[in-house]
Amino acid sequence: MNAAQSLRDRDVVVRPVPARSQRRRMWDTFVGNRAAVFGLGLALAITLLAIFAPLIASQDPLAQDGARRLTPPDDVFPLGRDAFGRDVLSRILHAGRISLVIGIGSVMLGGTVGTLLGLVAGYSGGKLESLLMRAVDVLMAFPSLLLGLTVLAVLGPGLEKVILAIGLLLSPPFARVVHGATLSLKEQEFLTAARAVGAGHLRLMRLHILPNMVGEIVVLVSVWTASAIRVEASLSFIGLGISPPTPTWGNMIRDGTTHLINAPWLSIFPGVAILLTVLAFNLLGDGLRDVLDPKLQQ
Amino acid sequence: MIRYVAQRVLLTIPVFLSVLTIVFIVVRVLPGDPATAALGDYASKEAVDALRERLRLNDPLPVQYLRFLADLLRGDLGTSMINSAPIGDQIAHNLPYTLELTLAALLVGVTLGIPVGVYMATRHNELPDYIGRVGSLVGLSVPAFYLGILLILLVGVQLKWLPAIGGGDLTDAGDSLTHLILPALTLGLVMTASVARLARSAMLNVLTQDYVRTARAKGIRERSVISRHALRSALIPIVALTGIWGVALIGDSVTTELVFSRPGLGKLMVGAMLQRDYTTLQSTMVIYALFVVGINLVTDLAYGFVDPRVRTKG
Repeated sequence: MNAAQSLRDRDVVVRPVPARSQRRRMWDTFVGNRAAVFGLGLALAITLLAIFAPLIASQDPLAQDGARRLTPPDDVFPLGRDAFGRDVLSRILHAGRISLVIGIGSVMLGGTVGTLLGLVAGYSGGKLESLLMRAVDVLMAFPSLLLGLTVLAVLGPGLEKVILAIGLLLSPPFARVVHGATLSLKEQEFLTAARAVGAGHLRLMRLHILPNMVGEIVVLVSVWTASAIRVEASLSFIGLGISPPTPTWGNMIRDGTTHLINAPWLSIFPGVAILLTVLAFNLLGDGLRDVLDPKLQQ
Repeated sequence: MIRYVAQRVLLTIPVFLSVLTIVFIVVRVLPGDPATAALGDYASKEAVDALRERLRLNDPLPVQYLRFLADLLRGDLGTSMINSAPIGDQIAHNLPYTLELTLAALLVGVTLGIPVGVYMATRHNELPDYIGRVGSLVGLSVPAFYLGILLILLVGVQLKWLPAIGGGDLTDAGDSLTHLILPALTLGLVMTASVARLARSAMLNVLTQDYVRTARAKGIRERSVISRHALRSALIPIVALTGIWGVALIGDSVTTELVFSRPGLGKLMVGAMLQRDYTTLQSTMVIYALFVVGINLVTDLAYGFVDPRVRTKG
């Protein structure tokens, strides 16, 4: 729709399927990027903490203790307790499960829908293409947080609704990149050759176009997982999405702001969790981009 | 140039219409009935029907859609579903706060982000570049509301330099400015991260170009090579993407307003949402849509200004 977008579309490059030696080279590039390796390690560690949260957390995240409200961090409760006497550390660990499920779930949903739309739009061309891509432009023109907010306000609370709302926000960027990549692949000779030997549309898309843009998609998945987790945190900070008492990082910070002066740890620690998680996926995405998109290597 | 401006202005009309359509679709067509939602699950059927009738939700969707557009065309933003107050007044009261916040944040983001990014590029792969890269990635990862809380704790509570909450008195320049600094810094720093990252990579791209080498070979001072020769073409992608960040900024302004308890569209919107006041929600979204379209227009015009190729192409 505007200059910015044509600029983005131009970033898409076409690359043949990597041979083994090239894979080796890509691996070396990735391992050579310390920030990316750190991001991968951090993301793995956070994922493991989330998966095993019920085993690691020493307390029940919902167990209240009216006698010990807002106690500062100590030996047994290293991150202190909240206004209901609940253990902040156990709540952060359990909240991580929700953040990751939403982050990964919404990217899977939005990524699949967006990829299919972009693929179909780019491959089919014509009216369908302009209709789909106009819709993508309009959806992307709107601030994602506002759109998510409104969709959630209408849908009501619930884990699957948050995934649906954020997935909806994520499909346009996937569609745009995949559309651009499909357009440039469509003109390649190997595609004409495949068509000449009688490959059908579905086969062409599935076996010849899609595998050639795995790189772009992997980068998108990593970067947008980071984004999805950040948006989820903002939504639950506003008070939408997951209903209390289930802990999310966003709603923990929100509850903490009431006690910001006398118990700042209630807001500070969940924020650190958000920051580290989002940072991990962003670092990973940056590293993957360097590996998979040599054009951008500086 | 006039032709280009006219063209861009005309182009905003279909975009604005499409965004309005999305607002309408999201509020009316998604599952869930505004009347039931407003009154709660336990409301009597009669009460729900009466409210549906009052909001004219029983009309066919195309009729509702046309009425929605016609009302907007007349400048009628409707009345609140909860207290029947005119929504236009509410928006007129809150809009200035959001405007000053987003403009100030945009200013912070651009005036801080571009020099930082350019400096990183000139010190490519040296310590300042590494620090800047890590710093900007952290900036990209921190949610605006969390940065706001940290600033409140540090500057407002620990140092007691600035008022931490509220919007200040708009008629008192000093008061509204001191209330503006922290929220504008919050939003602006988040934007600075993206601007600096792009400014860096745009500059790195330009600095390898032949004409930059020629400029250096001619003996032009490095300062002048950077600011006059390189930065000028590096600005093109920066300006192009500023619109996208401006739009993201508007989204983050909602949580920022909440953190600082500032009056503003975001607070109005979230309040409407929590009270399930769908008419106010919808009208606030329309104003936001205007914002978004306006930012995109300004970006396009600025793009035509910095890149002569764009405006001559017609």
